[in-house]
Order: sequence, then C-alpha cells, then structure tokens
Amino acid sequence: MAEFRLPKNSRIRNGKAHPVNEGAKRRARFKVYRYDPDSGENPQLDTFEIDRDKCGPMVLDALIKIKNEIDPSLTFRRSCREGICGSCAMNIDGTNTLACTKPIDEVKGDVKIYPLPHMAVVKDLVPDLNKAYEQLASVKPWMRNDTPASPDKERLQSPEDREKLDGLYECILCFCCQTSCPSYWWNEDRYLGPAVLLQAYRWIADSRDEATNERLDELEDPFKLYRCHTIMNCAKACPKHLNPAKAIAETKKMLVERQG
Amino acid sequence: MAETPNRPLSPHLQVYKPQITSVLSITHRATGIVLSLGVVLLVAWLMAAAAGPEYYAAAQACAGSWLGYLFLFGFSVCLFYHLLNGIRHLFWDAGHGFELETVTRTGWAVLVGTVLLTAIAWILGLSVMGRL
Repeated sequence: MAEFRLPKNSRIRNGKAHPVNEGAKRRARFKVYRYDPDSGENPQLDTFEIDRDKCGPMVLDALIKIKNEIDPSLTFRRSCREGICGSCAMNIDGTNTLACTKPIDEVKGDVKIYPLPHMAVVKDLVPDLNKAYEQLASVKPWMRNDTPASPDKERLQSPEDREKLDGLYECILCFCCQTSCPSYWWNEDRYLGPAVLLQAYRWIADSRDEATNERLDELEDPFKLYRCHTIMNCAKACPKHLNPAKAIAETKKMLVERQG
Repeated sequence: MAETPNRPLSPHLQVYKPQITSVLSITHRATGIVLSLGVVLLVAWLMAAAAGPEYYAAAQACAGSWLGYLFLFGFSVCLFYHLLNGIRHLFWDAGHGFELETVTRTGWAVLVGTVLLTAIAWILGLSVMGRL
C-alpha cells in the first residue's frame, strides 16, 4: 500500500547555512540534502552559497566546489562528468537528472538537490541501489543463446535488426527514470520499474537472442510489468532522452500478440 | 553486509515537481473514482423514477438544486476528461503516441477538449430545458 508521508526517521530538518564570502558578484544558492549515518539524526537541508564566477557551469561543478572548498564531508557519486557513466543521478530542482549535464543556469532560484526519490539513503546524495541492481539481474540482461557461436565469426545481425536496438542500448543505468516513477515508489518490491523493463525489452528486441519467449514468460505478471500505468515520468526524466514507457508498451503488445 | 542500518527514505512526492505526465495520470484515476461514485447516484435517480411520480419529483428537486447542479457539473467534467484521456490510453496500448512532444500535446488536447465538451453539453442541456 502506498505510504505518501515520509517515515519519522526520514523527515527533513533545516540544516547549516554556509554563506559566500563578500565580494562575489554572481551568486548561486544550493540547498543540499544531508544525511550522516554516524550521527543517527534525521536528514537535514544545508544551504551553500557559491561564487558563480569561480565555478563551472554544471550542478556537478558546484557540488565538487562545495566539497573541495566548504564541506569535505559532502558525499555524492560522480565519475565521468559527461553524462555517460550515470553515477551522479540525483533529484535537482524537482526532477531526476544527471548533475554533470544539468546547467546551473537552467534552475530558477535556489538549486535544491536531493538523492534519487523514494530510496534508502546511504549518506547525503548516495542512495542504496542494491535492490534495483538485483531487479536488473533478475531479467538476465545478457544474450541467452543455445546455438553455439561460430568460432571464426561474430553473431551477425542485419542493419534493420540492429536499428531496433536504437533507443534501448544507450541506457546508462543511472536510474533517473526508475526513481521518477510513482508506480515504482509504491511497488518497488514487486514492480520491476522503467529502467529494468527497458533493459528487459532491449534483449527481447535483439534478433540474436533466442530466449524471447522465456523472457516474455518471466515478465507476464500483474506486478513485474503491469504496474506500469503509462504515467510517463520515466521518459520525461531520462537524461539520455530514451523512452522506457514505449519499451514497456512494446513488451505488453508482444504479450498480447503471442496469445494469437 | 552484516547488518542493514536504519536508513532514511529519500523524499519523493514531497520534492518531485508535478509533471504534466503524472498530474494527468493521477487525474485520470481520480475522475474514474468520482465516476464510479456518481453511478451510484445515477442508479438512485433511476430507482426513484421507477418508484413513482412522487419519488421522481423528489429526485428531480435534488438534481435541480444548486448543489445538484454543482455535482452534475463536476460529474460531467470528470466524464469528459476520463473519456478523452481514455482514448489517449487506447492509443498508448496500441503502441502509438509515446514521443514526449506528442504526450504533451495530447495531454493539453485532453484538457482543452474537456472544457469544450463540458461547455457544449451544458449549453445544449440548459437551452433545451429553456433555462438559458
């Protein structure tokens, strides 16, 4: 059953304010979710001001600047800083996106930064992704194939069949879509969620994979697949402009079509 | 991992900006609930009609009061919204209209269509009754 309020230990208090030094001409104010597992206290929202003239253009630049210069305990995942690793996925200005590709200029007013929504928080902006990874593993996101591969040739695919994977293979597994979905918020234990279902369809759509029927069998379940109600927050959130809702609809269509 | 600590849940509804996608989706559900409840009243009205002229007159008086009109108006808004958005869902079920631009456009079309259809229904209804 959907629980709309945050549990008692998760309600957010006001936190510390770190004003910028005098002399900064262009300022930006960041309100950042903080949770310290060692203190045992509730999460809080800290305020950091930075000098925009001494900071890069993206939200990730600001987070790194804050960590380097104001509070080294600020914790977040990041790696490639160019939108391909999916590490710095977080909720910025009310929607899920990658901090490294989100320009600070796109945000009006204070920049509010929270971890990916409705997830257990390990520390600050780091959510526990174990359950999502387990769900991903459950759809066996690799090629299932009984025919042995030729020793001297790749498994070939026509350009047309290869084209069917466009819009699917580009997923970087940042889980922006997964955690933007209200249906996943309320059914995270049984609904696989948009990111995982997009991955499932990526293999269903692959002409080289021979387990299409088994894959569809595994998804035919009132919760795993059919908790998708075409809310479409997933497609809106995806920083790679993919469309998990469409992949899910294609899967549902295939399930209907194979019934004949 | 030895022990899972008592980790807080990150905020969700509290911080997620309302999207045209999610707002229309929850409205579809809400209007569906209102329609189901409204059908109960429709049945009550039919039962009154079957029970005789006195009961029917009482039911008509209820429906004709300002509260009755308010409810009927709300019911008609819900009906047209649910109808139009239901058509949108049918296209999605057939695999069409998933591009974000299309989703936004059809979403707005549903909203505008709801206003138009409701207005037309009321103007027609009231003029037939001679109250306009």
